[in-house]
Amino acid sequence: MSENPEVVPAGTETLEVLSTGRGAFGIDGTPDVSGYGGLVRRTIATPAATRPYGGWYDEALDTLAEELGDHFGPAVQKVVIAHDQLTLEVAREHLLEVMRTLRDHPGLRFEMCMGASGVHWPQDLNRELHVHYPMLSMTHNRRLSVETTCPDADPHLPSIVGIYPGNNWHERETFDFFGIVFDGHPGLTRIEMPDDWAGHPQRKDYPLGGIPVEYKGATVPPPDNRREYK
Amino acid sequence: MGLEEKLPSGILLTTVEGLAGYARRNSMWPATFGLACCAIEMMASGAPRYDLARFGMEVFRASPRQADLMIVAGRVSQKMAPVLRQIYDQMPNPKWVLAMGVCASSGGMFNNYAIVQGVDHVVPVDMYLPGCPPRPEMLIDAILKIHDQVRHQKLGAHREAEVLDLEQAAMSALPSEQMKGLMR
Repeated sequence: MSENPEVVPAGTETLEVLSTGRGAFGIDGTPDVSGYGGLVRRTIATPAATRPYGGWYDEALDTLAEELGDHFGPAVQKVVIAHDQLTLEVAREHLLEVMRTLRDHPGLRFEMCMGASGVHWPQDLNRELHVHYPMLSMTHNRRLSVETTCPDADPHLPSIVGIYPGNNWHERETFDFFGIVFDGHPGLTRIEMPDDWAGHPQRKDYPLGGIPVEYKGATVPPPDNRREYK
Repeated sequence: MGLEEKLPSGILLTTVEGLAGYARRNSMWPATFGLACCAIEMMASGAPRYDLARFGMEVFRASPRQADLMIVAGRVSQKMAPVLRQIYDQMPNPKWVLAMGVCASSGGMFNNYAIVQGVDHVVPVDMYLPGCPPRPEMLIDAILKIHDQVRHQKLGAHREAEVLDLEQAAMSALPSEQMKGLMR
């Protein structure tokens, strides 16, 4: 049913699908009598926002555009407003420039970067690994977030430790869990997992692990052999 | 771990065992090894309401060199395992280990790549205490049972014979998954 091309009314915006999950867990490859085998769940990226964005967003983006000049177009690829929060999707080549402008310009003054959170979207081709930087301006009491992506085949991002030194450990954590290499980081080593650990555990394709558990008269396999989490 | 281990088996060793066990039982010094929520219950056990001081154990030593009972309270991650082993190695003999809660005993709900599936992979455990987390009463009960073990612990030649017997019993025990009948 979901394989058929759906009828789309003219003028409908095309949605960007981040991931598609099928069926309920635990019933792959067996006759499905529950009906949940036909379940299709999509995670849709929030569509780009259009002007006027409202609030201080227009003014801040105008300031950023003025400061970046010709680079604004290629740098800020998408402006998203979800749950009243502004997110800028920035190309990784321009990440440092955007971050420096956000920090230094008197009209922006995002003095704090609150971390670097990795996200793995295996079905978002050529941009499988996302990194999300929540930003806070103490001067203006404003928050926005910056998101940047890199492909799984070339997992490199510029390190922003030179601009926000507090991000040192956050980038090490994101490297540890997602395998994203932050070029220019002063000491990019594992921080959570042991130094000799193989693989990056927070990636979607990393096995959950675990051992079979013995009970009286029964053995229960580990969770990822027991059912498939989607 | 001294002269008493070298005594010949017989009435002398039995007498020394009784005396040593009595002294050790009445002077146990727990090391703090709080790793997770079980540690909160362990702290509550030491506080006035449950009052571990009744058994002379209210002072948890922060230094392993002054402790002889390690209460592993919480889940042990793969990264914490070598640290735990080092703390155990730093404790002077004789020493005992109490695995507090299901996570320390068997991995508990954390059946995954990050958590050691039972602290007995790393150190020898004398007492397993189930519960998630166990109540302070349960911890005190486990401590009293370990006191009983310490009280009747054998020494020297007796201990070696006991270890052999216990190992034989464990080797011939029926695996739990092959057990039949009532689930208790």
